[in-house]
Amino acid sequence: MAKQFLKGNEAVLKGAILAGCRAYYGYPITPASEIAHAAAMYLPLVGGTFVQAESEVAAINMVYGASSAGERVMTASSGPGISLKQEGVSYCAGSELPCVIVDVVRGGPGLGNIAPEQADYNQVVKGGGHGNYKVIVLAPNSVQEMCNLGMLAFDLADKYRNPVYILTDGFIGQMMEPVEFPEPVTTFPEKAWAIKGTAETSDNLITSIDLDPDDLERHNQKLQQKYAIIEEQEQRAEEYRTDDADIVIIGYGIVSRIIQTVIDELRDEGVKAGMLRPITLFPFPKKTLEKLTGSARFFLTVEMSNGQLVNDVRLVVEGRKPVHLLTRMGGNVPSTKEIHDEVMKLMRLS
Amino acid sequence: MNTILKKSTSFYDVYERRPGADKLTTTYCPGCGHGVLHKLIAEALEDFGVRERTIFISPVGCSVFAYYYFHTGNVQVAHGRAPAVATGLKRAHPGSVVISYQGDGDLAAIGTAEIIHAANRGEGITVFFVNNAVYGMTGGQMAPTTLIGQKTMTTPRGRSTDNEGFPIRMSEIIATLESPVFVERVMLADTKSTMHARQTVRKALKMQIEKNAFSFIEVLSACPSQLKMTPSRSKLWVKEVLEKQFPLGVTKDISQEFEGRSFARKNVRPEELTGILDIETVRVNPEKIAQFKDKSINEEIKIAGFGGQGVLSLGTVLSEMGMRHNYEVSWLPSYGPEMRGGTANCSVKISNKKIGSPLVANPTILIAMNRPSLDKFENDVVSGGLIMYDNSLIDRAPVRDDVDIIPIPATKMADELGNTKAANMIIVGALIVSKELMSQQVVLDSLGDVLKRKNLVVLNQKAIKRGAEYIKNRKK
Repeated sequence: MAKQFLKGNEAVLKGAILAGCRAYYGYPITPASEIAHAAAMYLPLVGGTFVQAESEVAAINMVYGASSAGERVMTASSGPGISLKQEGVSYCAGSELPCVIVDVVRGGPGLGNIAPEQADYNQVVKGGGHGNYKVIVLAPNSVQEMCNLGMLAFDLADKYRNPVYILTDGFIGQMMEPVEFPEPVTTFPEKAWAIKGTAETSDNLITSIDLDPDDLERHNQKLQQKYAIIEEQEQRAEEYRTDDADIVIIGYGIVSRIIQTVIDELRDEGVKAGMLRPITLFPFPKKTLEKLTGSARFFLTVEMSNGQLVNDVRLVVEGRKPVHLLTRMGGNVPSTKEIHDEVMKLMRLS
Repeated sequence: MNTILKKSTSFYDVYERRPGADKLTTTYCPGCGHGVLHKLIAEALEDFGVRERTIFISPVGCSVFAYYYFHTGNVQVAHGRAPAVATGLKRAHPGSVVISYQGDGDLAAIGTAEIIHAANRGEGITVFFVNNAVYGMTGGQMAPTTLIGQKTMTTPRGRSTDNEGFPIRMSEIIATLESPVFVERVMLADTKSTMHARQTVRKALKMQIEKNAFSFIEVLSACPSQLKMTPSRSKLWVKEVLEKQFPLGVTKDISQEFEGRSFARKNVRPEELTGILDIETVRVNPEKIAQFKDKSINEEIKIAGFGGQGVLSLGTVLSEMGMRHNYEVSWLPSYGPEMRGGTANCSVKISNKKIGSPLVANPTILIAMNRPSLDKFENDVVSGGLIMYDNSLIDRAPVRDDVDIIPIPATKMADELGNTKAANMIIVGALIVSKELMSQQVVLDSLGDVLKRKNLVVLNQKAIKRGAEYIKNRKK
């Protein structure tokens, strides 16, 4: 039982430090602030930097600077703050700068509330800022995964020179669970492209501007090729009791925890139900869903947003099987009973 | 005496990054101040021997392509954000020389927040602020420094103070802050003023190289193209008109008394991290928890009361102790304003199966520490569940007859121990005994590791014992 009991928001920061992150720039916002609290506490102790920025916009641009300098760097916020950061994320993507951004999603739109929601799916998974770019998006469903996927995020960011998001919600951020921390990362990729204030790097240039349409198109095509490789190599998903499942319920993050309980109940009642949990939202786990499209009778997508995840499901299923949707919004979390009742209703209809 | 004029080695010899056939001249218009200022900076970098460790930040505006020319590390950034990017770069490499270069729209309009706060933090960077009172690259629109009555594309009848306010004096604003070390406004209007600007540029850079100090140099400069004047006429305009609104001179200089900002960064070895991050392994002797090894348990606990009663920590202590008994555990608070408003509750799950949703809607155990909590959650408790409530504070008994009910005067008992705040630990003691959830000894032994405030460990151990005794006596 080599475990520690702590909040998701603390686990992601401690994992980040173990992964070599030495800089955090952010602005406080509920329900993500504990990440900043932990960063302020621990980063100075490990020779790192913590700066509470004057704004979300400034924070992501400090990240841009630290990443240009070759540092493993992160920031975190919640929906309203992520909206503000989008300009900087586009610049990071355009300049191919690795960085990690945590979005602890709260209720929206506007000021909304501070209860958990998943309504940032589109603004995170579909880019959000201007231009033809994509970001890798990881969706933890436990405090342990806040640590592990947080650490993975830094590796993926460096590997592909691309921003990586941890897309989570108020529950996963605020809840406490036991965590087993991995060993610290000790080897890091060489970043010959970075600018380190040295003779060897004084010919390096970080930029996203290119006035020549042909050159900028080539840059865009290069980015698209990178995203295609990411789609091919980085899809991650968890399948739960899907082997012989007629009914596949799809959900990520906190929702997947509730679905899992429902699956067990349904199985106890003799219903062949299983769960597909996307762990990467970009790249969307198309391969696994494609496989299940062959075997499942119908799909039910459960999300705490207005049908954002279901669009990606439908793009893969392409009308071959019914894809149903159960949503809660505004900070309400679907109960096991709601999901159970929905499955029963759909079974009667189908 | 022969003087051979040679391009500074801080510039590329040939501007390979510049598209098109011309790789030898800059993109700047005749009479523009950018080229002159670039030259003053480049010569200083060469003379001080710091070219290789310099990082130049190209902003948005006519100097967006400064990286065509400077043979230094180059970062091109978004409109207004240069001082924020400079912060990230300089913190990563304190030994580098970071130059944040911005125009008037960039620095004094869209990037006002970034420059004010970078200055206020006293980042070890040098800021060059080119003020020519008009937007150049975007096509001659009003700048925050455009003069009253000055016609631009967006002030076609001249800048009106009613509609656009007054020109902003950034050097004076920056000089009001504590951290900046050297702030001066210079101009590039003639040989004399340019030679003075040269000295100022060198002083500012030296301040960064020697003391890691923040300097802010505002440079009044001509934009002949957007002012629609000849180069020589526009320089005269800088001297005779622009300078009236923006007087030259030092607005702040504490370079003598400033002791310097550290260039050092601490280095921590990987093996030290576990201790620093406070993630040491939690171990409990398996023999001590052997009797709970095969216990089937699936408790969903709702704990609710006033803020300040220790409702949330009651939950975390129960969960942490559950973890020490090899149970699966989760804890979820009600968070944010509602917990600041006076009431608090949390959901705790303790199970020997993997935990699904951490939210408790229908508790198997309700711990009610005040009347509103009992009123709110009583009906949610599952049939056959347990309601434990503080009957020293709650003036009614639960009405449910299909659940176990344990009244316990926890607050009164805590007062008798000398601290009202120990009521929550009295409940912990009572609960672990009444439901036979955990080893009382392990809980008492682990309390020192679990509680943040070590001076309260002994008191809380007493409280746990008192709570446990209360249940044991009640059972008799």
